This record gives sequence, structure tokens and C-alpha cells, in this order.
Amino acid sequence: MKSQWKKYKQNKLAQGIFLLIYIGITSLSLFMAQRSVTAFLLLLSSLLLLYFTNFKNLTKWLIAGIVLVFLLPFTASNGDAYQSYMEVATLVGIYISMALGLNIVVGMTGLLDLGFIAFFAVGAYTYGIFATAQAANFMPFGSFPLSGESFWIFILIGCFVAAIFGLLLGIPVLRVKGDYLAIVTLGFGEIIRIIFNNLDRPLNITNGAMGIASVTPPRLFGIDFLYPSQFYYIVLVILLFTIFTVRRFEHSKIGRSWKAVRENEIAAQAMGVPLVRTKLMAFAIGASFSGMMGVVFAAKQAFVDPTSFTLLESITILVMVILGGMGSVPGVILGAAVMTILNLQVLTEVTNWLNQLNSTGVFSIPDALSPSKMQRLIFGLLLILFALYRPKGLLPAKNHVYNEKELQEGCTKDNGDNLKSIPEHSQIEKAQEV
Amino acid sequence: MLNEILQTIPQVVIDGLTLGAVYAVIALGYTMVYGILELINFAHGEIFMSGAFIGTAILIVLTGMGWVSAVPAIVMLITVLVLTAVLTGLLGMGIERVAYRPLRNAPRLIPLITAIGISFLLQDIVRFIAELQKGNYIVTGPNLFKDQISIKASSISAIFNDASIKTSFVIVLVTAVIMMIGLDIFVNRTKWGMAMRAVAQDRETASLMTVNVNKVISITFFIGSALGGATGVLFAVQYGTIDPYIGFILGLKAFTAAVLGGIGNIRGAMLGGLLLGLLEMFASANLTLLSGGVFGAEYKDVFAFAILIIVLLFKPEGLLGKPVTEKV
Repeated sequence: MKSQWKKYKQNKLAQGIFLLIYIGITSLSLFMAQRSVTAFLLLLSSLLLLYFTNFKNLTKWLIAGIVLVFLLPFTASNGDAYQSYMEVATLVGIYISMALGLNIVVGMTGLLDLGFIAFFAVGAYTYGIFATAQAANFMPFGSFPLSGESFWIFILIGCFVAAIFGLLLGIPVLRVKGDYLAIVTLGFGEIIRIIFNNLDRPLNITNGAMGIASVTPPRLFGIDFLYPSQFYYIVLVILLFTIFTVRRFEHSKIGRSWKAVRENEIAAQAMGVPLVRTKLMAFAIGASFSGMMGVVFAAKQAFVDPTSFTLLESITILVMVILGGMGSVPGVILGAAVMTILNLQVLTEVTNWLNQLNSTGVFSIPDALSPSKMQRLIFGLLLILFALYRPKGLLPAKNHVYNEKELQEGCTKDNGDNLKSIPEHSQIEKAQEV
Repeated sequence: MLNEILQTIPQVVIDGLTLGAVYAVIALGYTMVYGILELINFAHGEIFMSGAFIGTAILIVLTGMGWVSAVPAIVMLITVLVLTAVLTGLLGMGIERVAYRPLRNAPRLIPLITAIGISFLLQDIVRFIAELQKGNYIVTGPNLFKDQISIKASSISAIFNDASIKTSFVIVLVTAVIMMIGLDIFVNRTKWGMAMRAVAQDRETASLMTVNVNKVISITFFIGSALGGATGVLFAVQYGTIDPYIGFILGLKAFTAAVLGGIGNIRGAMLGGLLLGLLEMFASANLTLLSGGVFGAEYKDVFAFAILIIVLLFKPEGLLGKPVTEKV
């Protein structure tokens, strides 16, 4: 059994065939049985299978692209549940992007940020205010709401504004460490929410607790983006950009500085890592992804109000990062997807099912125990269990492992005589082997 | 403007002291645990909340059995306080055993994460039970003390307005002060208190001096949580209505109080709590007036957090704490 499994692990063809069959069956079943949430989830999980195959990175990306861009929307599009599937997929994308942002701050740099949702709120309000008549209350020039074409610029503006807020939070916070940092960021998140909640006077900027309604939908080449199935593609593009950037950052100089700061601040400083700049970069970059998705969220919901940005949301994103694995990009993507789907699909489905059982009188469950209200319990349990038993998460972060021998050989080839000590060393090794 | 502020001062002082006493006792729990483990016990606010619910539940049950009207209210209160304190103390010990002890050598981020998990868990469990029993998670307890006392502050000086207080105010304040004095004596005069201070200073050396470190930490959690739970009962008695989410903001403010006084310092926590209560009440009464209507009383939470951030930035050791240099 074990040897067969090993063989399978090495055999790319077998993996490819299995994946193809899997994707084929799940997409067919989604196509036929439109209302089946299971089929939808199974099709999504084909991406996880894909991650575990031995294919080259490029092949993996291509297959994932085909599944996400064509197969998923097409097979789901055949029935009335289409928009709700796409809604879930869009939200999954939004949360993945945010979790990747938080992962930079918490996972890579080791700064526990409990007010992360504030940056999302900043992004959402940036678009919300200017894409409604709200801005006319305080802007001395220009006519509002802005047209739907401005959405595309606002993605950048939201990213930029959130980054500035990240810096603003970062500068005072640099002086505090560890636990204090968690509390200060938590306080910051609450402050932002309270301010947005009360900024309807003396000057009506955010319309207070009432929220901002009927945000202008984005528009491209004369087409208005109104449905989740359309936003799905916007989110997909931004998500791709996010994953790509995060990956690049992770293996760049700044990414290695982040990890150094996480492991030991003082040692990192001694090795010449500029502490202030590194931490500020982490805050700003992490926040900017969140800001971008905030703009998309505001446009998608067409409504912004302070209740979407509570501490529970901040913790939700933290749970995604912890669940997936701090510092691990594929892990965080998985964690975010699992949490969002659990939150939006599984809990509501189970609740509906229980309600059905209640109404048919099989047995009755009191309303207080309905699963859709149990978010806090589930999040709490997940946090505790993962912190205790699997602190590295579902897919732990991998550090690149260098093959020492290869490096040495490379060295000898390149530098030849300049580095005599290395050939000697390898000779000694050879002698030892003999 | 000064006149208007002065007029409200008596009421502000009374409300501020009540709130401040609540903050002070909760802050004690934070500061004790921090002093001994260098860990922010995030779940402490939820222990306070559980205490409020346990106390209210006991009161409701006893009322149902007709005992409350038979016994004087103060005896009733003391019974409920003691019972709740023991129960929440055990709860705190259990939390330490399950969520913090296995992680004592883990990176510091990890116990903080379990602490958040515990506090979410407690919130939801309390909500379940409250909602199952009463149908609604916002619970109003029986009213033990109904009398109002009016203080004729205007007779002292014409610039003050009269203030009114509930009898429960006196009881909250007196109980809180008794608890604080008791704790101070316990920590400074008794053998266990000495062990506690020894563990706080250097855990390993203390263990070499035959101090049972785990036991001391358990006792610290017991006492901190018992005080927190008892304060929860006082809170429920004073303010009447409770819900499972009161612990979070209140805990955060109590933490602010602990930081303000100097974290790890027990007397500092008391001072910080009273100070923060007074400041907050003052802000909520006068913020509108002071800022010319730009900010209202709804910014009082922002005010409290701003204090926290300012203290952490400019005087991280707090009012009574000693500055610590980081060991490499």
C-alpha cells in the first residue's frame, strides 16, 4: 500500500489522469445538479489536489486558471443558484487577499495585528464616500457621485490610502512590542470603527451608523458591473496580482528581512536590517491589499456601514492565517478559503437543514444553538486547538532548502582557483566516504 | 463654560469612582497575571462577564426559592459574591491549565492567540446558556438595592449641582476597596504572597528555593479570576442589565488602567483604575462642551484607547511602575 502510494506520488501521468477525472466528474455533477453545494465545494477543492501534484509551477497555474476562469463559472451558470455560488467565490477571493495581507504582518514579520479590518474599512469607505453623493457634503469642488469608470482608479487610491493608514498606525506602534502591540492595534481598530460610526456630525462624511447606500457600480466599456458573477472576475484579477506580489516579496530582500525580524529583532538589527523601515513596509504592504479589496467590497455590496468592520471580522482573518499556517502563502490561501466557505456555506446549509428537520418535527433544536450563530464558538475552538496542537497550521511554511553539494560544485566551477578551501573540503568529504 | 463643568463635577466624581472601582479590581487580575507570567490574559474580561452572569443566575434562582426577600440584602450579596468568586476562580484556574500551561515555552504570540480563543469560547457558551434559559442573551437581574440617596452638594458651594447615588454605589465602592486592601495584604504580608512575588521576579530561582511554581501560578489565576468574577457581580448589581459581550470593552479598559498604573504593579492597577474611571466619566460628561459640539459622549471609548496608546508610547512603565530594560 505504502509503496504504491509512493509510486503514485512520483508518477506525474497517474496524477494528471486522476486530477482530470476528478475535475471532470465534479464539474459534470455541478453542471447536472445545479443546487448541489457539495459539487461546488468538491470542484473548488480540486485546486487543493492540484497543489499536491508534482507538476511544474507553470502547469499548475495554467490548470488552476482554466478551472477558475472557465470551468467554475461555466458549470455553475446553468441554474438559479449561479449568483449565490459566485457570491461565495467572490467573497472567498476577497478574504484570501486580506488574509495574505495579514499574513505579511503576522506570519512573516511576527507583529500580531488585531485591528486589521480597519484597513479594509478605510478602503471601503474611500470608494463608498466618493461614489455616492456623500462626498458633496464636504468637497468644495467636483460633482458627486463619481461615474462608475472611476472605480478602476479607486482600486489604486484605496490601496494607497490604506497603505498610508498602515504607516500612520505603524509609526507610533513601533515603540511597543509583542502583547502591547496586539492591544494597541486592537484599540486602533476600534477607534477607526467608532470614528466611522460617528462621523456624521459636525460634518456628514460617513453618514454614521446609517451607512452609505447605493454606491455607484463599476463600469467598463459601457457595461455596469452589478452581479457577483461579474465581480468574480475583478476579484480574480486582483487576487492573482496579490498572490504574485506576495510571492515576490517573500523571496526578496525585504521578505527575508521580515522573517529575520520575526525570528529575533535584536539579532536582525545587529545584522544590519533596518528595523523601522522593515516593520513599516510590512504594515503598509499588508494594509494595501486589504484596502484594494475594501474598494471592491464596497462596490459589490453597494452599501457600506460600520457593522461590517467589527473585531469579530479582524479575528476571523486572524483565524484564517493561523489555520492555514503563519507565514505560508498556500496555507493562508487554504485557510481563508476553508473559513469563508465554512462561514457562508456550511453553517447556513446546516442551519437550513436543521430548520427543515424542526419544521417536519423529527426533532427540535432551540434557536440559541443554531450553527449560524456559533461563529465565535467555532473560531474560538479553532484558535485554541491549532495553537495547542498544530501551531504551524494546515500547510506549514517551508523555507527553501539549498542543496549544499550543488552549491559547492557551483562555487568551484565559477571561481576555480580563487576558492581553494572548498575543493579541499570536498576532497576531505570524498576521502571520508571512501 | 467652567461653571457648567463645575456644576456637574459631584455627579461625575461619584459615577467615575463607581466605574473606576470596577476597572481597578479587573485591572488587578491583568496586572497579577502579567507580573507573574508576562502574559496578557485576554480572557480576563470574559471571566468578569461570566462572573456577572453566574451571580445573576444565583440571584434569580434564590429569588425563585423566595430566599431573597427573607434575608437582608447585604447578606444575600455577600453569599452571592463568595459563591461567584469561588466558581470564577476555578474557571480561571482551569483556563490556565488548559490554554496557557502547555504553551509556557512557546513563542509569545501563541498563548495570546489561545487567550483570544478562550474569550470567544466563553462569550458564546454564556450566550447559549442565557439564551436557552431566558430566550434572550440580554439579562436583567433582580434589583437588590433600590434606594436613591441624594447628596446636597449645592449646600457646600453654590457652584455645584446636586448629585444622586444608588445605595449600590456605596456597596460597590466599599466591597471593591475591601477586596483591594485584602489583596494588598495577601501579596505583601503572607507566605503565599511572598512566593508569588518570588515567582514574578525569577521563576527558575524561585523553583530552586522550593517554591512550587505551578501551584503559585494556579493560585494567582484563582485570585485574579475570583476578584474579576466578584466584580462582575458588583457590576450586575450596579448597572442591572448584562449581556455576553460586556467583557470585551470593559476588559480592554481595565487593561488600559493596568498599563496606566504600571503593569505588574498591584497598587498601580488600583490607582490607574480609579483614574481612568474618573477621566472617562469626565470625558463623557464634558466632551461635547469642551470641543464645542464636534465630539460627543460616544467618543469616550476613543478617549480611553487614546490614553492607552499615549501611555504606551511615552511612559510605557506607567505611573507607578519601574522602567525595564530588555535582556538580550
